[in-house]
Amino acid sequence: MAAPFDLSDDSVVVIIGTGAGGGTLANELAQKGISVVALEAGGRHLPNDYINDEWESFGQLAWLDMRTTSGDWRVSRDFPNLPAWIVKAVGGSTVHWAGASLRFQEHEWRVRTEYGDIEGANLLDWPITADEMDPWYAKAEEKIGVTRTGGRPGLPGNNNYKVFEAGAKKLGYTQVHTGRMGINSVERDGRPACQQTGFCFQGCKFGAKWSTAYTEIPKGEATGNLEVREHAHVLKIEHGEDGRVTGVVYADKEGNQHRQAARVVAVAGNSIESPRLLLNSASAMFPDGLANSSGQVGRNYMRHMTGSVYAIFPEPVRMWRGTTMAGIISDESRNDPARGFVGGYEMETLSIGVPFMAAFLDPGAWGREFSSAMDGYENMAGMWLVGEDMPQESNRVTLHGEIKDQYGMPVPDVHFTDHPNDVAMRAHAYAQGAAVYDAVGATRTMPTPPYPSTHNLGTNRMSEKPGDGVVNRFGQSHDIPNLFVSDGSQFTTGASENPTLTIVALAIRQAETMAGMMARGEI
Amino acid sequence: MTETRAVRAMTRRELLSSGVAAGAAMVVGGGFVASATEAWAMETKALQPATMATLIQMSRDIYPHDRIADRHYALAVKAHDEKAAGDPDFAKMIEDGVAGLDAAAAEAGHGSYLGTGWEIDRVALLRAIEDGGFFQTIRGGLVVGLYNQKDVWPVFGYEGSSAEYGGYLERGFDDIAWL
Ligand SMILES: Cc1cc2nc3c(=O)[nH]c(=O)nc-3n(C[C@H](O)[C@H](O)[C@H](O)COP(=O)(O)OP(=O)(O)OC[C@H]3O[C@@H](n4cnc5c(N)ncnc54)[C@H](O)[C@@H]3O)c2cc1C
Ligand code: SF4
Repeated sequence: MAAPFDLSDDSVVVIIGTGAGGGTLANELAQKGISVVALEAGGRHLPNDYINDEWESFGQLAWLDMRTTSGDWRVSRDFPNLPAWIVKAVGGSTVHWAGASLRFQEHEWRVRTEYGDIEGANLLDWPITADEMDPWYAKAEEKIGVTRTGGRPGLPGNNNYKVFEAGAKKLGYTQVHTGRMGINSVERDGRPACQQTGFCFQGCKFGAKWSTAYTEIPKGEATGNLEVREHAHVLKIEHGEDGRVTGVVYADKEGNQHRQAARVVAVAGNSIESPRLLLNSASAMFPDGLANSSGQVGRNYMRHMTGSVYAIFPEPVRMWRGTTMAGIISDESRNDPARGFVGGYEMETLSIGVPFMAAFLDPGAWGREFSSAMDGYENMAGMWLVGEDMPQESNRVTLHGEIKDQYGMPVPDVHFTDHPNDVAMRAHAYAQGAAVYDAVGATRTMPTPPYPSTHNLGTNRMSEKPGDGVVNRFGQSHDIPNLFVSDGSQFTTGASENPTLTIVALAIRQAETMAGMMARGEI
Repeated sequence: MTETRAVRAMTRRELLSSGVAAGAAMVVGGGFVASATEAWAMETKALQPATMATLIQMSRDIYPHDRIADRHYALAVKAHDEKAAGDPDFAKMIEDGVAGLDAAAAEAGHGSYLGTGWEIDRVALLRAIEDGGFFQTIRGGLVVGLYNQKDVWPVFGYEGSSAEYGGYLERGFDDIAWL
């Protein structure tokens, strides 16, 4: 059963956050017999609690603590205090995620070499190669049960997919299928096959979709080596005179503060909270924040080039029925600078319900142009565009100068402006998305601006050299040997694929490395 | 739709005859707004009944759905009356906003916003104030206030929660026939 560890027990690995990165790392370490305390700011919600209602579910699961935004991105105008759509609960954003589980392409591990010097972009090759990641990807696919990998069948296509597939084929696209999804197409791992409810973003009530909340976490707890402390919001990481981290200070549900000692600390709070925590942990020895000798903590914030295309047809589609992300076109994900930009993008079906459509179709718009689009809801098909965006030093998470959160800690400001490459790619993607639907008789197509960020990456990036980034090839900070980063903030660059499979593969790999380092007494 | 005890004590005919017409579709009287044609009446707490009637019309003009009845727009703006009851500054902002809209309508020769007969003319009045706080408060409130009403979803064909029916696996997730 779940192990309770003492606050003063300095033999434990403390993991901050229980999402894709933290939840996976926690279970992997626990399976190896390592004692783990996972501190999670949110509460524990399981499939029975999930709500098939967009706003109610949002209120139940989303991270709603104060944040501010700046920069040219439209999110900053339309949703100034909601830069990102992230979960605050055991399981993190894997409760919300749609399940798309894609490997990076070979060249996406070394884009500085592949793309060359792009003005204004802080490009860097990952200090890892595709070959090296292969076996870790295989393990991650096995853990998640990704469809169309390891002999697992694909999911059936829903109405939204059928429209998308027909358009793709008419256009001559060849790489179109129902996706590699972290959703069971057949019963597996004690969880049923997808029931096509259409509320993947609200938490899967059948548990068909993988989420650390009801896979990794309970498996880790069952070893007796993992304690998950809910409503434990970490405020600060502390270190000793030798510069090594010694523990963390967190606030419980009542706001009372505690200190948990630690042998190793792994930060996995997603790409806004993780750098914020490192910055908020500044001390006399580390005045710019922990692990920040490079000055890169919080910088290179990436959110993927995104956008959506919704199209209205003469006949009903009923896109909301069935898996939210029901299929993919990968033909545009190659790097082909002849299109006017480097990198590529994926096209993935997407459906949101009437409540979210009203909020996100064209924020701020009103009048008949808007309401007539809503009137076409039943006949709509939709897709999401997700491509590689350029890391830029000036896109960054910083601490707000004045505004404090409920615990008195400075809130994060998320600054973002598109790179010209992102803008060119989005224009291309909108046009291709519309063409897919035009090919099957759409009477109206609508480019929809990016939603608050669901993919948040890069703010503690991995680098070969300590001067270029925050962590090394294992997610271990360059500056402090027993401080690790275990979430999407490690990403050196974003690639065109949805990030979670890579986050999970890196976490499995990190657990192996960390366990070795601990066994050898290095940390 | 909530009704005051006083309102309930009256028959619908008495109620309507106690008020005055507010535009073509609504009647306002002491502490209430009612539909001239649909069976609903709404008590107002803090805002003038005529103000509420204006907000209801304004809401339809912002997000016009010809197949959605007025009562849904009334329900969508009710929260402003409730907020106004506990927040005098907010009440003043709304009253001033409506007064400004009426003044602009008068200047344009329509008497009042509710007296402006054609949608195209009312929309022109709204376009002139769309960047202001009053307009944005009303529009912003509607995004959730209107579109999150479960009983307007059928107008859009949207079916809402599905887990309790076992999802759409056996209920048409892939039933598209026209492709
Ligand atoms: C609607 C939606 C759909 C998505 N669909 C896909 C998809 O199809 N495919 C894909 O690959 N990705 C998808 N994603 C993205 C995916 O969910 C994230 O990339 C992934 O979960 C990020 O993992 P993480 O470990 O970095 O952070 P998270 O999973 O967000 O976990 C972070 C955790 O840390 C906790 N935390 C933060 N700060 C603190 C603190 N100070 N103290 C304690 N706890 C803290 C948070 O509460 C949270 O539980 C989607 C995301 C959303 C929102
Ligand atoms: S569509 Fe499938 S994966 Fe998505 S919530 Fe429903 S059952 Fe779960």
